[in-house]
Amino acid sequence: MSNKLAKKYFRMDKLPHIWCPGCGHGILMRSVIQAIDNLGLNKDKVCVVSGIGCSSRAPGYLDFNTLHTTHGRALAFATGIKMANPDLHVIVVTGDGDSAAIGGNHLIHAARRNIDITTVVFNNNIYGMTGGQYSPTTPTGDKGTTAPYGNIDKNFDLCKLAKGAGSTYTGRATAYHANLITKLVQKGIENKGFSFIEALSVCPTYYGRKNKKGDASDMMKHLKDASINVKAIKNKTNENLEDKIIIGELYNSQEPEYTEQYKKIINRFKKER
Amino acid sequence: MEKNNIKLMQGNEACVEGALAAGMNFFAGYPITPSTEIAEISSQRLPRFGGKFIQMEDEIASMAATIGGALTGAKAMTATSGPGFSLKQENIGYAAMAEIPCVIVNVQRGGPSTGLPTSPAQGDVMQAKWGTHGDHPIIALTPSSVKETFDTTVKAFNLAEKYRVPVVLLMDEVIAHMREKIEIPKKEDVEIMDRIKPDEDDVTYQAYEVKKGDIVPPMASFGEGFRYHVTGLVHDETGFPSNDTEVADKLIHRLVDKIDKNVDDISFYEEYKTNDIDTLIISYGSTARSAKTAVDMANNEGMNVGLFRPITIWPTLEKQIIDLAKKVDKIIVAEMNLGQYALEVERLASKYTQVHHLGKIDGDLITPNEILSKIKEV
Amino acid sequence: MATVMEKELIINKKWCKGCGICVNFCPKDVLELKNGIVNVKDESSCIKCGLCELRCPDYAIYLGGLEDGEE
Repeated sequence: MSNKLAKKYFRMDKLPHIWCPGCGHGILMRSVIQAIDNLGLNKDKVCVVSGIGCSSRAPGYLDFNTLHTTHGRALAFATGIKMANPDLHVIVVTGDGDSAAIGGNHLIHAARRNIDITTVVFNNNIYGMTGGQYSPTTPTGDKGTTAPYGNIDKNFDLCKLAKGAGSTYTGRATAYHANLITKLVQKGIENKGFSFIEALSVCPTYYGRKNKKGDASDMMKHLKDASINVKAIKNKTNENLEDKIIIGELYNSQEPEYTEQYKKIINRFKKER
Repeated sequence: MEKNNIKLMQGNEACVEGALAAGMNFFAGYPITPSTEIAEISSQRLPRFGGKFIQMEDEIASMAATIGGALTGAKAMTATSGPGFSLKQENIGYAAMAEIPCVIVNVQRGGPSTGLPTSPAQGDVMQAKWGTHGDHPIIALTPSSVKETFDTTVKAFNLAEKYRVPVVLLMDEVIAHMREKIEIPKKEDVEIMDRIKPDEDDVTYQAYEVKKGDIVPPMASFGEGFRYHVTGLVHDETGFPSNDTEVADKLIHRLVDKIDKNVDDISFYEEYKTNDIDTLIISYGSTARSAKTAVDMANNEGMNVGLFRPITIWPTLEKQIIDLAKKVDKIIVAEMNLGQYALEVERLASKYTQVHHLGKIDGDLITPNEILSKIKEV
Repeated sequence: MATVMEKELIINKKWCKGCGICVNFCPKDVLELKNGIVNVKDESSCIKCGLCELRCPDYAIYLGGLEDGEE
């Protein structure tokens, strides 16, 4: 990242970050910053909220209003912030365990309300901070330190989950497709409503090593090779997409936004005490 | 003639009125008996003042949203009962660690678990102090009438702001649902404390640095331009995480000391007929109402009995309890649990006097006659 | 403003963790790992495409220039 951009958005004295060599999270964090820069948001009005886990260390490096909360609860804290002060741009950076296991309930309800929060899940398919246990997005059959014989759980399709719960802007990209992440986050922030971006990361240290996926570059190459843009499959019905990562802008709809709806109630009833 | 503002209302309603008088403008909650009216009335009243109400998906989320609201500058409250209070605990610890002012109402009902949802209890006294993990500061207040619920809720907000600490309003089902006459004070007669904030142009602002002469660090609201970091990790004066043992030691001591060293400012209680007595009843909340009647009954029978009624449950009113313990032959702690506040009283008073306990956990109130019998028995 | 071709590759060795992503995804084989840290082995082949900067997880390599506040 250019020095100019870094100095503008990072708390430079906190870098280098704590993430392992080859961890995709650094790439994703840069993409998020690029999106904020492209939009020219006022830094004082940006609030980045996270839970607990590797991804959730991101806010500590970012020069905004930043809140590192409890495990799984980022969206619940963020909902309070957005509700109390709708002028803030609220961005949640979370992980697969944080958002889909312990925080799954908050995810579906934040999406259901269509509250104007942009959620970016740094999905590395593993609990990295605790040393590599399987998560709700560890592919079935893959190993974790708590799935030594292979994980028998079915893994979540987070984008389908978010869309089903009511997210009005939903997209997916990978650490390899850093510019696409930027585009999706940018459009997510612009969307007046709940936006959900699944950003596939790589964890060479735990997930990669445990599952013999090679080094960081090998894992990045896999993201490249396995991905197919949603636009490219639109007219193809026969293609086998089972092992494919479908990237791009997946679902988009217009629904009333929560804090705007509440504002209407205030405007209607404020005078009658 | 000036129009008076006398109303008949239940404790839960008085709680909301007190909160509004104190400046509450944000409430996040989840329905649970017997606290639900607090959420219902808040949902109805808040938007009329331009405030915000949100019903969250669970108790954990309501505590989180309450903290989120407070971080933007709001005076925030949530309300719950036993099972929900258990669920809120992790985030209450977060509020204690990150010094986020907020009020948590716990209308106590019979426990453990789902217990007796519509019956009163006082079984959450220890949980109010020790429910979340680790050593941490907490203030808990317990009213024993509808009027006092109003006043204590105002105090809860003021203390939360002054000490940047979560304050638990420990009600019980009887106080919550009982209807009494209450005169709502005029706006100008309600003392309101606001959090201290940094000067707008303070370029040296460090989010967790206590300025000389202050008790807590000034608190900027998110969005005001200070762009600081808040975490539940051990942090230094800048607010950023640290693994340094000295930093951890200094932080946790500062958090605990800000309450312990200001206990006089946080001490609220009532002494009833405590001069020249040999028996002291210690009781609080709805049980204290029975205790007061029992004191009168006992004195009418020629005994010398008085009542000490703590309104501040945490921090413990050590000085007052020790002073009284030195003057009496015996203390009876009457409470709707199997001996929780009694543990604190024993810790402080057993050196000086006998400490007895009268407890009840069947969902019925402790009656004046039961207390009178206990006085006679001991 | 400097044009893209006037920019040069700048490496912050203190931040590089030697993951090798920039080396492996460089289309012109400009980079290498030397003692576990990224090193420019063939600057003349660099087409200033910026892919190394885009995918460096540690912000340790980027295309910079005078306007970027570099010495």
